[in-house]
Amino acid sequence: MTGHEQYAEDLALYALGSLQGDERANLEKHLDTCSSCRQELEALRGDGALLALAATGPKPPQRSRQRLVDAIAKEPRGSSAPIPAPARQFNLWAFFGWAAAVGMFLVAIQLRRQNTSLQVAVNSLGSVVGSQTIELENARRVVDTLTSPEAHTVTLVAGKTPPQPQGKAFYLRNRTGLVFVANNLAPLPPDKIYELWLIPPDGKPIPAGLFKPDARGNASVINPPGIPAGVEANTFAVTLEAASGPHDAPRGTGVMAGGV
Amino acid sequence: MSSADPKGIPPDSHLESAIRSGDQNAMAALYDRYSSIVYSVALRVLGDTGAAEDVLQDVFMQLWRNPSAFDSSRGSLGAWLAVIARNRAIDTLRKRRPESNIADIVISVETDMASDADRARSAEKVRGILGSMPAAQRSALEMAYFEGLTHTEIAAKTGEPLGTIKTRIRAGLLALRKAFQE
Repeated sequence: MTGHEQYAEDLALYALGSLQGDERANLEKHLDTCSSCRQELEALRGDGALLALAATGPKPPQRSRQRLVDAIAKEPRGSSAPIPAPARQFNLWAFFGWAAAVGMFLVAIQLRRQNTSLQVAVNSLGSVVGSQTIELENARRVVDTLTSPEAHTVTLVAGKTPPQPQGKAFYLRNRTGLVFVANNLAPLPPDKIYELWLIPPDGKPIPAGLFKPDARGNASVINPPGIPAGVEANTFAVTLEAASGPHDAPRGTGVMAGGV
Repeated sequence: MSSADPKGIPPDSHLESAIRSGDQNAMAALYDRYSSIVYSVALRVLGDTGAAEDVLQDVFMQLWRNPSAFDSSRGSLGAWLAVIARNRAIDTLRKRRPESNIADIVISVETDMASDADRARSAEKVRGILGSMPAAQRSALEMAYFEGLTHTEIAAKTGEPLGTIKTRIRAGLLALRKAFQE
């Protein structure tokens, strides 16, 4: 490290992943050409490993071991893939060259067809994977919203006339996750629809989804699009709106509301 | 460096070699040896047992899939696993993709962690050193290591100058190194 003291403190931060921006870029450039600083980086990572020891104590549950054992059993290594049997010789090849040429041509056409159909299958699988990824992300947000201790749980209630419509909104601000479930909702009049609103501190309602109850008066809204990232919620409310819209601001009658 | 334990525990190098040849029992033995340290550091970072179990699984599966990622000439496998676990846990905490390939994480540390007694002794020593540090230094080190905060974030959180944070973190790491070299 002699002669490289200007990098000493940045190296320590870099070893812990705490160096960002230009300082990180400059240091990485220097590390490309400086073996003594690379050695010091390795030593600092070792120091970090010692720090990890301060956390030792808790033991993982027994099921974790079984989980690993099962997983590695599914991914065995060191075994050779079965060697495919050699293709049978086509004896006529030696005697009927032209027939072989025609055969090759047909095979080429067949391979081309297979290639095209495989490409279609790959494209189709790609779109399936893409949609499943979106669904998975959506599911993860739902779970986070329902289970995170940071999520606000709000109960929205109507007047005293039984059975009372009731709604619960689960809102996770830092992930813009919103799950709303309602029950005992009155059947919708013709040309009407329920609309959920997120009302931030500035009081200007943000549309948070249109919904219709089922035959038993139950309804839900899950991660509606259009809610600005990280917006704070003061109140959630439901109104009865004209189905034809517009739905950008509440114009109909209030059904229920609840504050955070 | 992985050394043979006087009580007959197979050294890390034997287990590594067996794992490279696909020995599943060696992998289970390595898990028994180091799962606690991997799980502990992940749990300390994430504060969630389920998420820590996922990191534990991920770290050992990465080693199983790519055992040559660990360079046994540079230090102990336990220390390397601890660093990989910590990095993965921080990635999870910050909801980001893994920032580095495990094969790129080269560390150099002499401390042997192969036996329960070694680990317990070393852990006690680290806690003692941390306990003897000034609170601000210990806090900066822990925020960087266990919370994954950048020096800028630590400075903003503590109201201290950036340069002070940098100095504290480096000095803290060097204090640990010095204590283990004595």
